[in-house]
Amino acid sequence: MKKLFLFGLLATLCMVPMFGCSNAYENGKVYVYNWGEYIDPEVIESFEKEYKIKVVYDEYETNEVMYPKVAAGAVNYDVVCPSDYMIKKMIDNDMLAELDWNNIPNAKNIGQQYFDTSKEFDAENKYSVPYCWGTVGILYNKTMVDEPITKWEQLWDPKYKNQILMQNSVRDAFMVALKLNGYSMNTTNLDELQIAKNSLLEQKPLVQAYVVDQVRDKMIGNEAAIGVIYSGEAIYTQRENSNLVYVIPEEGTNVWIDSWVVLKNAQNKENAEKFINYMCEPEIALKNFDFITYSTPNDAARALIEDEDIRNSEIAFPDLTQYNNLETYIYLGEDGDELYNSLWKEVKSE
Amino acid sequence: MKNKFVKLLSLPYVFWSIGFIIIPLLMVFYYGLTDKSGRLTLSNVLNIALPVHFKSLIIALLLSFVSTVICLLLSYPLAMILANVKSKSKGLMILIFVLPMWMNFLLRTLAWQTLLENEGVINTVLQFLHLPVLKIINTPYAIIFGMIYNFLPFMVLPIYNVLCKIDNNLLNAARDLGANEIQTFFKVTLPLSVPGIISGITMVFVPALTTFVISDLLGGSKILLIGNVIEQEFTLNSNWHLGSGLSIVLMIFIIISMITTAIFDKDGEGSAL
Repeated sequence: MKKLFLFGLLATLCMVPMFGCSNAYENGKVYVYNWGEYIDPEVIESFEKEYKIKVVYDEYETNEVMYPKVAAGAVNYDVVCPSDYMIKKMIDNDMLAELDWNNIPNAKNIGQQYFDTSKEFDAENKYSVPYCWGTVGILYNKTMVDEPITKWEQLWDPKYKNQILMQNSVRDAFMVALKLNGYSMNTTNLDELQIAKNSLLEQKPLVQAYVVDQVRDKMIGNEAAIGVIYSGEAIYTQRENSNLVYVIPEEGTNVWIDSWVVLKNAQNKENAEKFINYMCEPEIALKNFDFITYSTPNDAARALIEDEDIRNSEIAFPDLTQYNNLETYIYLGEDGDELYNSLWKEVKSE
Repeated sequence: MKNKFVKLLSLPYVFWSIGFIIIPLLMVFYYGLTDKSGRLTLSNVLNIALPVHFKSLIIALLLSFVSTVICLLLSYPLAMILANVKSKSKGLMILIFVLPMWMNFLLRTLAWQTLLENEGVINTVLQFLHLPVLKIINTPYAIIFGMIYNFLPFMVLPIYNVLCKIDNNLLNAARDLGANEIQTFFKVTLPLSVPGIISGITMVFVPALTTFVISDLLGGSKILLIGNVIEQEFTLNSNWHLGSGLSIVLMIFIIISMITTAIFDKDGEGSAL
């Protein structure tokens, strides 16, 4: 009886869109799960119009929030845009579908070096198409600090008490503390992690708040002097508040790639590849870059950027060869994840 | 015949309570009492004794207790005023108190974040008037403030309800027998309003104890309440077993406050919202 009721409910719900717009989207749907504010909404509209495919679009704030939702399969997403280490985790857990590169001819626009870097987590470039990349660094307000900020160490300076915004995501927070102490951000050595944890505990009284996306607005609004932020936000925040400066800290930092992947249980794999291919078109990638200001790996799109300052910007397109202590995150396995999470919980609950 | 019809009408509620109350509860108990390999275990529940979890429970109990007490102190006089207003504006006054509840709770809390910020609206105004600025954002005080703001109507309305129902003849009789205003209040009004107070306390204390949004938004994620720990076990650490185990512990506190309500509020007077 209950099943029947649920079925009836579902059937009714399914009818609504069928009556509504069965003509407009004759090529079905594609379910996309992406980072918050990580696409120009006009791009979705133009894709829907051009391909007559309805895009069902959801957003997440961190990789860690995205993973359990996708793993539980509550919604059958087709396309997701995780970061490097999370892609590795999804490959290891057999959640991703191999891409058919014949359906994504525009992938040729993506610079070869990004595919090379991708091999760290997607060994044969079978599963992922780079979408955005960047570094994690420090954004500071030059009117609110005494001297230029160049190191992570300055985030432990007591004179900036209540002026510091830290990232509220486990890997990024530990990356800062591990690099401060001169360790790898991918360590699973308990002693090194304990030292990093103690550093974070020591820093906690100085921290104004642990935030993710809000760093941007708080820094623009002069709410804090120093924030840990993704390089992609730097151009946007500087546009809004010219006192903000972005630096890659001397101790080294994380360089990351977010890439499109198709899930193994995707119901609309063909549409998913069409969507990814569309994202790789130079004009579309440029549109997205203008909107989200995260560095695009799309060389053809970069060549189209009119503003020379941005096209050659050290923030958006840093020459990574001049830094020798950059690392990408590596998936640490379930035990590693658990270790990091439990130490992070200790930091947060103190 | 009539009986059958009534039964039919109750069907949606039966589905509702099975689908959204009983099944989820059973799932919480299933996950809470098993480990990842599906074996029965009490370790998830006992994990509350770990310092990390225990501390967050204590802080949550403390903060929600303080906000409940403040809510009560603020609400009682207010409810008395509302109950005694005779004019036509009574409906309007109650509307004003209920109105914010029509807006989304998340949006209202988010708005307070912007208002309370160091460079926020309130401080800008204070600075303009050369008054000392408020430095409460990202502290426990901001969390208490958020709890009081969000849950105050849940305290006002049940107390208002019982106060309205008090027979004026009782108050007149007390005065006839020589009681002054203060004696009347403590001997007649207050005892008669206990059901409303108790259900008000439950309706504030339980959501305050379990909240994770308020502490996240107004506490800058620096203070973990037990609600935050449970939320993170589900969303970030994907450890549903531990999350459910801790939820069972939290349920014990909720059940205690519900039993207290049931004892004091036998006629369900206070809960009639």
